[in-house]
Amino acid sequence: MPMLEIKNLRKSFDGLDVLKGISLSVEKGDVISILGPSGGGKTTFLRCVNFLEKADGGEMVFDGRHIDLARVSGREMREVRMKTGFVFQNYNLFLNKTALQNVTEGLVTARRMEKAKAESLAMAALDKVGLAERASYYPVQLSGGQQQRVAIARALVTEPEIIYFDEPTSALDPELTGEVLSVMRDLAREGQTLLVVTHEIGFARNVSSRVCFIEGGVMVESAPVEEFFGAPKEARTRAFIQAITSKEV
Amino acid sequence: MTERIINILIQSFPKILVPGLLKTIPLTALAFSIGFCIAVVVALIQFAEIPVLRQVCRFYIWVIRGTPLLVQLFVIFYGLPRVGILIDPFPCAVIVFAVNEGAYAAETIRGALESVPHGQIEAGYCVGMSWVQIMYRIVLPQALRTAFPTLGNELISMVKDTSLAANITVTEMFMTTQRINSVYYEPLALYLEVGFIYLMFSTVLTKLQSLGEKRLASYGKR
Repeated sequence: MPMLEIKNLRKSFDGLDVLKGISLSVEKGDVISILGPSGGGKTTFLRCVNFLEKADGGEMVFDGRHIDLARVSGREMREVRMKTGFVFQNYNLFLNKTALQNVTEGLVTARRMEKAKAESLAMAALDKVGLAERASYYPVQLSGGQQQRVAIARALVTEPEIIYFDEPTSALDPELTGEVLSVMRDLAREGQTLLVVTHEIGFARNVSSRVCFIEGGVMVESAPVEEFFGAPKEARTRAFIQAITSKEV
Repeated sequence: MTERIINILIQSFPKILVPGLLKTIPLTALAFSIGFCIAVVVALIQFAEIPVLRQVCRFYIWVIRGTPLLVQLFVIFYGLPRVGILIDPFPCAVIVFAVNEGAYAAETIRGALESVPHGQIEAGYCVGMSWVQIMYRIVLPQALRTAFPTLGNELISMVKDTSLAANITVTEMFMTTQRINSVYYEPLALYLEVGFIYLMFSTVLTKLQSLGEKRLASYGKR
């Protein structure tokens, strides 16, 4: 049984259909990249899956639990979020907290963990993203890449079943994307389940196990990585891959 | 002549200062603290867009900001006894000043809440926090820093506004001065003297405000 299953997710903004019934199935340990042009619905899809936007229709099965996305209760949302992590394009670190406090917050406040235990877990998480020596810095004292790595530490410290990434490198200078991508690659190698909305074709090709292509609110193609890049079924997918790879040359 | 005035000023100084310490300052401190609590609740209700309560809050702010403080004092102190509600002068002043301050500070705090980048609220949800936890731990601390200078100004205004309580028989500094003046009839000297004492109080608060602002310099910025 898949760890996470989304069925027929629908969402519209002011009568405009942004997601027209998207389904996705995620197995434990999967690293799934979602590609597609801007405005195609990738980010909205990810936000609906973690209830940051309320879907108009669709179902979710998460960890054996069945949820009606249009009628999800506050309690259900919180229970699912307790088992997931989310990394934003703009980091969204808590500006009144140090790097360490950003990472402990979810443990201490939401999960009522003892402060000392939370801090040792948080230090381990910061160490994993290479920022242990920046633990006492406030977000404004960190570079964009460092802030995003703190955000990743904050997401992974709770040992979530899955971590969602919403264009995690899009706000970063090209120089700084590398440090974030390498942290994500390490997570993937450790078997962490990841669902990543991205424009980083290299990450999609080299790190993910499965690639999805969303455009116009529709899942155009979803295939294992070799198949997606080697033998895409849909003409639109082929055109997209060609366009982005020719850009690399 | 001048010697007489100097003597009056010296004698009356402690007589004015003591009600300042015993009435003006406690009145300000109590009313401001209660008003601040009202303001936080009212601001949060609006920020959370709670349907009916939100309208109630807007109505409260509309009425309080749209009517003079002096009228509010008179309605509560002289008006309410007509419907059988009698409140002693000092508690009456505390209530009116607190309710008045609540309306103004609520707008200050609401503005400050809205200035906190919204993404942090989403991030709070994503680490499993509840709305109340996010407000208490993340949003309010940042908003109160933003609101601090304006709230400081409001506190200083209130110190001076408490002189209006003289009109409902609270024997604070200004009323005491009026009484002393009715004995000696030296209005210029005595009203300048009480003005000077208000100025001292305000100066202390201004100093405290700028000290506070330095301490609260934005997180991580020096």
